[in-house]
Amino acid sequence: MNSRIGYIAFNTFREAVRDRVLYNLIAFAVLLSGAAILVGEISIDIERLVVVNLGLTAVSLFGVVIAIFIGIGLVSKEIDKRTLYTVLSRPVRRWEFVVGKFFGLTGTLVVNTFFMALGVFLALLYVAHKFDKMDVWVLVALYFIVLQFLIVCALALFFSSFSTPLMSAVFTFALFIIGSLAEDLRGFARITHGAGGWLATAIAYLVPNFSALNVISQVAHGDPVAGRLILYNSLYAVLYSAMAISGAVLIFQRRNLK
Amino acid sequence: MAAIEILDLEKSYLVGFWRKRPKLALRPLRLTIEEGEVFGFLGPNGAGKTTTLKLLMGLVFPTAGTARLLGFAMDDPRVKSQIGFLPEQPYFYDHLNARELLNYYGQLSGVPAKGRAAKVERMLGRVGLSDSAGVQLRKFSKGMLQRVGLAQAILHEPKLVFLDEPMSGLDPMGRREVRDLIQQLRSEGKTVFFSTHILSDAEALCDRVGVIHQGELRGVGAVAELTSKRQGKIEILFYTQGQEQSVPPALISLGAEARVSGNMVNATLPEEQQEAALEVIRRERLKLISLTPVRSSLEEYYIEKLQPSEGHTEPGHEDDSRKEDGPREESRRGVGV
Repeated sequence: MNSRIGYIAFNTFREAVRDRVLYNLIAFAVLLSGAAILVGEISIDIERLVVVNLGLTAVSLFGVVIAIFIGIGLVSKEIDKRTLYTVLSRPVRRWEFVVGKFFGLTGTLVVNTFFMALGVFLALLYVAHKFDKMDVWVLVALYFIVLQFLIVCALALFFSSFSTPLMSAVFTFALFIIGSLAEDLRGFARITHGAGGWLATAIAYLVPNFSALNVISQVAHGDPVAGRLILYNSLYAVLYSAMAISGAVLIFQRRNLK
Repeated sequence: MAAIEILDLEKSYLVGFWRKRPKLALRPLRLTIEEGEVFGFLGPNGAGKTTTLKLLMGLVFPTAGTARLLGFAMDDPRVKSQIGFLPEQPYFYDHLNARELLNYYGQLSGVPAKGRAAKVERMLGRVGLSDSAGVQLRKFSKGMLQRVGLAQAILHEPKLVFLDEPMSGLDPMGRREVRDLIQQLRSEGKTVFFSTHILSDAEALCDRVGVIHQGELRGVGAVAELTSKRQGKIEILFYTQGQEQSVPPALISLGAEARVSGNMVNATLPEEQQEAALEVIRRERLKLISLTPVRSSLEEYYIEKLQPSEGHTEPGHEDDSRKEDGPREESRRGVGV
């Protein structure tokens, strides 16, 4: 990696940590330990199912909220506070700044997810008293959640490269919701004909397919995840993020920093 | 080689919600600054000083024209490692402390890892922040932030330094320190381009100044020459005799304008009346303290350039210190809105 991108990424990560972003882990820990204790008391043989479902959904939602709320401020905050001026007056290209910011935020989310994943496995151990072979699929689900974060970060960065923080948050969150229903949208597109069908198909393939990246329910039931899906999802997330980041770079390259 | 060559740089913004119309922020600007020069860019708030600096830094893009910095096109990445920039009212990453911030900027500027820490410490000492190096910037005062700003601008030893209102918000001591720092940069052979509306700072520091108003460069001149021009008047300082605290009527009849303070009189009168005035002082047995020709001040030049003139609608300024034999710098016809 270009060293300047690394420096910017590390500074972004350090900023997030010092802005107490990781404090969300406390809320997560309280939620999960409370749930685990409750589930341990009342569930009959579905403890694992409940803990995996609840834990992974919480990991996903906490991460998405962080990705959106930090991601939308990554560029606009630097412009508003004019910290960007002293960065771009150095031998730093605008695309390096955008990419550095992206890696910094995804790095923060990976670290955050790592600690939340530890929490999920501890809760699993608490309710099941041992780990099972099928728990390895929980790791795959966590990997898919991280891929979701990549896309959400990239989208937040894309929207914030030309829009206000509030509108960027609305756009990104809306895309996350629509993307989570992408499979339903594709199903709808298949049964719709004419111009409406074309439009539905276009939208269905344009929005990020977050539903393909959601295997929480599947792994909660102990079902395996196909290797091919892991490969396709990895490629899809990388390409979609790269596309969104490229869009952000293209817009930011031409932007006047008033 | 010229350190800065601004070639008809022009900037307009589109304003309005429904019907966008262009608003000219900077009329075509043509200006050359030599290496080793300290150049003051003067003008009231909103004159176009910051826009010019942002254009040169690549933060906004010109509508027309270009510039060359140290011989490179202004958007050439190679030039960026040789320039330093202090924005107006700087604000930095407040989660960092001064040492971390300078280290970060050193990394981005390509300062080698070996020796970077020592360089950062030296720079903190140079701007008087060694004792506060570990304090997060969110706890810094405005003056301290300005010092950090100066430190980051010169950390990587740039050849060319741009400072946007470097004295803004500083107390007299802070202003003195910044002045000293700019003078040090001059003695090191750096080129300094700074914008200000504090004329005393410009007069004390600059080799040349340019006055910009309403996005138009109104004039450029060498400070030494602008402030040495005689105005055709003399100023006489003398003591009145005994308890009498009035100006001799003979002096008034020569056209003197006088101010009396205790038994001291300060009289200004036309230069051609010098001999006659001295004769009056001798005759009245007054005690002469001094006689000096009245010279122009930078303030007068500045005010003169800010006045609306005939040339305002067809902008064209000239280097006022080089009217006789120097090269002319002229801005071409501006585009109105």
